[in-house]
Parts: sequence; structure tokens; C-alpha cells
Amino acid sequence: MSRAAARVAPVDPGIMQRPVAGEAPEVRISRDLLRRGLIVAPLLVGLCWVIWGPHGAASSAYGVALVLVNFALAAGAIALSARISLSMMMAAILGGYLIRLGLIFLAVFAVRHTSWISLPALGATIIVTHLGLLVWEMKYLAITLAHPGLKPARTSPQDSHDAR
Amino acid sequence: MEALAHLAAASLTGDETKKAYAALSSGFAYGLAAIGPGIGIGYLVGKSVEAMARQPEAAGMVRTTMFLGIAFTEALALIGFVVFILVGL
Repeated sequence: MSRAAARVAPVDPGIMQRPVAGEAPEVRISRDLLRRGLIVAPLLVGLCWVIWGPHGAASSAYGVALVLVNFALAAGAIALSARISLSMMMAAILGGYLIRLGLIFLAVFAVRHTSWISLPALGATIIVTHLGLLVWEMKYLAITLAHPGLKPARTSPQDSHDAR
Repeated sequence: MEALAHLAAASLTGDETKKAYAALSSGFAYGLAAIGPGIGIGYLVGKSVEAMARQPEAAGMVRTTMFLGIAFTEALALIGFVVFILVGL
């Protein structure tokens, strides 16, 4: 056995069939994304109204809703399948990816000829919302992961003086 | 290939032919754009599950980064989809 292989921790053979312990972080992230999405939605809808008119605003609102539902479905699938087993989680993530792409396709296909849709506005909103929300969320998660114990506690100046 | 042969045999006007080829190629582009992220997500999830199996105590952290990784990878497929809806629909 090589030195690198000897350093790797041994794996319990039955672990793939057991549920993943602990809370579901993806549900918390998805809730955060949803909250932030609702905050930026009026801004995006307003911007699309300025560029593409009322049809653009309606399409933009539809695009934001699509992205948020997509995040919620992804988080829900991972959280539910993780309660069953690691193997189920793998299957749910890969199957979920295909199913969600199909659902997004159907959601856009169903409205493509309606009077209120503006496809450029819808497309731009989907990309900007998806990437923008992820980058925004990552900013907070990167700090939490790098310094898990350093969340500043709110103390009064008197407390900090006493501690000295 | 059969679709292309039918397209060539059909008596379409220049504009119709252009539209038909645009729809066909955007469909191909979306299909190709979905393959890359599919491979990426498969690799990402496989490695994350391996990490969770080796260190179950770090599962929370691994799941957090895995979820973000999946979402970022999925953005590539969404960009392909947007190109598809702009060119093909």
C-alpha cells in the first residue's frame, strides 16, 4: 500500500445505505436565496419594464419565479433523499437535474406564444437571477465556512470593558 | 440525419429553411449544453458522497458546498437553454 493510500480514512461499507445525519444546509441556503430573490425581484422587473416594456416586466417576474422554484425543488430533493440514504441522494440529484431542466423547458414552452411574453427579457432574467443570487449567497457562505466559530456576538461596551 | 434529408427535400422558401435550420441547430446546442453540466454534476456529487462517507462529521459542510457547486454548474445548462429559447423557439 502506498503512503498516500495509507493516510486515507477507512470507509464503513454500509454507510451508503444509511441516512445522512444532521440538519439540511441546502434548505437553509434555498430559504436565503428565496428571501434575497424576493428582495431583488422588484428591481429586476422594473429594469426589464424600462428596457422591454410591460411584456418584459411580466416575463421577468415569470423568470424570477422559475429560478426560485428551481432552487427550492433542488434543495427539497436533496434534503428529502438525504434522509433516506447517500445512494438515494446521488440518484435524486442526478435525476433531479434532468427533471428540473425538463420542467423549465415545459414552463417556457407553455407560454412561448402568449401575448405577454418577451423571450429576451425572460432569458436575461433567468441567467442574471440565477448567477446573481448564487454569488450573493456565496459571499456569506464563504465567510461562514472559513471562520465557523467567529460569528461576532453582540455585547455592550460595558461587557467588553468588564472582560478586560 | 433523416431530419436534415427531409429538410433538404422539402420545398421551403429561403426564410423557412433558415428558420428550420435555426430550430434544429438550437436543439442540438441545448442538448450539447446539457451534457457538460450533467458530467460535471455527476463528478461533483460522486466526490461529495465519497467525502461524506469518509468523514460523516463534515457532512454539513460538504453538503453546503455541494449544493452551491450544483447550482453553479446548472447555470451552464441554463445559459444553453436561454440560447435555445432565443434562437429556436
